[in-house]
Amino acid sequence: MRISWLLPRAASLLALLLSLSFATSSSFAAENTTHEFVLPNGLKLIVREDHRAPIVVSQVWYRVGSSYESFGTTGLSHVLEHMMFKDTKRLETGEFSRIMASVGASENAFTTRDATGYFQVLAANRLPLSFELEAERMHNLVISEEEFKREVQVVMEERRQRVSDKPQGLTYERFQSTAHQASPYSNPVIGWQQDLESMTVEDLRHWYQKWYTPNNAIVVVVGDVNADEVLAQAKQYFGPLESRELPTVKPLIEINEPGERTISLALENAHLPSLFMGFNVPVIATSEIEWEPYALRMLSGVLDGGYSARIESELVRGQEIASSAGVGYSAFTRGDSLFIISGIPNTEKGHDIAELEAAIWQQIDTLKQTPPSVEELDLIKAQITSSLIYQKDSISSQAQQIGSLESIGLSWRLADLDLERLNAITPEQIQQVAKKYLTRERLTVATLTPKPADTQPES
Amino acid sequence: MKNQNVRMNPVSLFALALLIPLLLMLNGCASSDVSNTPSEGTEETEETANTERTLPPANERFSSLAQIEQNPAVKRRPLDIQHWQTTHGARVYFMAAPELPMLDLRIVFDGGSARDGNQAGVAMLTSSLIGEGTQQLNSRQIAQGFEGLGAEFGSSSYRDMAILSLRSLTDSNLLEPALALFLEVTSQPTFPAEAVTRTKNQALASLQYQKQQTGKLANLAFFSKLYGTHPYASPSQGTEQSIRDITRNDLQHFFERYYVASNAVISLVGDLDRAQAEIIAERASRSLAAGERAPALPDVSAPKTAINQHIDHNSQQTQIIVGGLGIARGDDDYVALYVGNEILGGGGFGSRLMEEIREKRGLSYGVYSYFSPMHSRGPFLVSLKTRADQSEQALQVVNDTLSKFLSEGPSEQELITAKQNILGSFPLSTASNRSIVGQLGSIGFYDLPLDHLDRFLTRVEQVDRQQIREAFQRYIDNDKLITITVGQPLVPETVPETVPVVSNDN
Repeated sequence: MRISWLLPRAASLLALLLSLSFATSSSFAAENTTHEFVLPNGLKLIVREDHRAPIVVSQVWYRVGSSYESFGTTGLSHVLEHMMFKDTKRLETGEFSRIMASVGASENAFTTRDATGYFQVLAANRLPLSFELEAERMHNLVISEEEFKREVQVVMEERRQRVSDKPQGLTYERFQSTAHQASPYSNPVIGWQQDLESMTVEDLRHWYQKWYTPNNAIVVVVGDVNADEVLAQAKQYFGPLESRELPTVKPLIEINEPGERTISLALENAHLPSLFMGFNVPVIATSEIEWEPYALRMLSGVLDGGYSARIESELVRGQEIASSAGVGYSAFTRGDSLFIISGIPNTEKGHDIAELEAAIWQQIDTLKQTPPSVEELDLIKAQITSSLIYQKDSISSQAQQIGSLESIGLSWRLADLDLERLNAITPEQIQQVAKKYLTRERLTVATLTPKPADTQPES
Repeated sequence: MKNQNVRMNPVSLFALALLIPLLLMLNGCASSDVSNTPSEGTEETEETANTERTLPPANERFSSLAQIEQNPAVKRRPLDIQHWQTTHGARVYFMAAPELPMLDLRIVFDGGSARDGNQAGVAMLTSSLIGEGTQQLNSRQIAQGFEGLGAEFGSSSYRDMAILSLRSLTDSNLLEPALALFLEVTSQPTFPAEAVTRTKNQALASLQYQKQQTGKLANLAFFSKLYGTHPYASPSQGTEQSIRDITRNDLQHFFERYYVASNAVISLVGDLDRAQAEIIAERASRSLAAGERAPALPDVSAPKTAINQHIDHNSQQTQIIVGGLGIARGDDDYVALYVGNEILGGGGFGSRLMEEIREKRGLSYGVYSYFSPMHSRGPFLVSLKTRADQSEQALQVVNDTLSKFLSEGPSEQELITAKQNILGSFPLSTASNRSIVGQLGSIGFYDLPLDHLDRFLTRVEQVDRQQIREAFQRYIDNDKLITITVGQPLVPETVPETVPVVSNDN
């Protein structure tokens, strides 16, 4: 997947807003255009008709990701994702992508903590090809020793590129591993280097046998199609596949108030200091109190829902303590997650990590003492409301939203209730979750500082 | 033209602002760049069924593929592009898109970093400061204004282009004030002193961040070697010295010179009719000074000799860039080079470079090549990262692959597949309003004909192997390539020219 190093401000705003508006887009008559089916073998199919352009996106989601892995075998889901483009009984290595390229499909795959997904975007009348080839690799994958050995080298290069050579990426990985105590979210999706080294082809074959079965798959289709025809095509290609019994999946609940943790890294290849603060919090799938994750999302909006929000206005502008700062909270994970505030201190102004951390605490304490204003909440709600329509400009983001919800055991219909639930949050509820969750007992702090090279690089 | 804007990322400060949010948003999502292409001569494996197996043709194995081959036509969203000029001389491109109640508006100026002159970074800083203040409003009020209307405002800068953008709902209670605010913000920026200082500080931090990025460092070196004294050589994000030296006045002057109607292309896509679009374009144009169009950029000459440069960096992977001088927009050879490059390294999936570097040897997570046609001749380059001790091997493979492609060109089968891919994927590139408004901006900015996209497709259908081979040979000289490596120090005799360390400013 290509990585954009630089994005314009509008994109940045959007990225931040996504955490907030993640599941808000389809309230607009989605019921009328979205159809849900379950085949007899357990495969779930969700089709949304969108006839704006004659194209379609087809996604297959498996409910497996790094949070299903155990210590010593991290990275399995992601390496398996790579192997899915190799041999099957009826496809040669690489042929899947070659066929897709020959029909002009844009395709790729992704692995997250909670899911593994495969997708193609192509001319709408070519959808059956997607189904036929996805069905083939859903049950006929052949994992060879030789292809595995070569591919795991590619993954190690990917790891060097994403983590080892990125000081902030490396720090973030260590931060996550410290912040999650009783949860496999402590492991990186790409896996630890030593686990990649000890991984075997047998491990992968077992992983495939265990999780790649129609009753663990969700097929999401959005585009210029007819739902009944899509159902018939799905029955034709996925229908004959036999399902297997799935392991029981346990809830991922973090320890309550684990205690304050800190981790500090000094790296020679870092040129900018960075700070990560993460608080252990519930999410929609785990919360005992339904409104709390919604209040946490609004809290994230008050702090960082746009260029006018508190962090940008008061820490980046205003006091100029941070060169950049932001909040991350995804309420859409299957296990307890983190509310993260992070930033880079404004070193040109002489500020350091300790001052940035103090300034962030000041913002938190202010919210604990005084609820946010109704006007602030109105700005956030206006952005969410318009994003409902903007998101319809992209069939892929609509499909992504449906799949993200379904893959963690929530219904895509939740998206329709989302705006309503966010709108119902009061300033006092935001204050309450700030008091309850943004505490030292739930906090992990990770810091990165540049380390001066003490010698010339050895040659 | 699915790759039209590929890797032409805007230059902005917000690299930094995004750094952390992006890390968080990804949530550790580790996607893979899948690649394909068959390993020729499948090698022996002990346990798989596919050793030396011969499978029947794909269309016999998969009935849905056979159906596509019988009915290869693809539909696409009809593009009824309309074009006119405003009374102040701005060129307008419009497409009605009534399906969603929203508008995408872009104003594209010939005011990217190619216009930096001797003040590297001035275009980027000017762009970043639009939205920071007007006579009536400060930055927070501006942001609150857009947010309260659910509108999105953007300002970004590239080598050729500076772009201002607005996305709004078309409900007139929202569109009218969003448009008024957009026009105020973009036509009367006051460049407040406090914002200038702060933004310069962010730019300096961004330069520190750049030192961590081998890809960025290699790119800077490549552009500097390729373009010498041409404006494209100027580092878009500036240098520590140039950023410190730029004043509020410089930004004001840059704005007054380049952000003018005669130098602007306005593109609109959304739920408007022609009359409404004309009114909006007229208002946008009138809010700007008439001004003058920027002069043509100077010509570029291709390097006379091969150039090799290594930059020391303590990274695990070495960044490699190999390339030379490509073509300008509107060049007749564009289609031949575009199609050829899809086969060489542009397609990603199944390209020759991906096959040789990743699939056969596992040397890298990804490798790609591209031509970036711009006002002046843009670059051609191949780029990849690999573990330091494999960098010489990877470089050799790149050079061999390139050399073979230059002398032989693509095979007939490769050409057929590439054409199928480009023609088949075309509907994807015009599916969303966002992509269409970008295409319209490019068509206007580079003075391309309104039927540019259709002509492109027709030429793709017609291009042959010989045209591709000859076009590549005309532009790419295997003996005069620029090779940049950034990574751990090499053994001295392996590189002709070694430049010490990254730590001084560029």
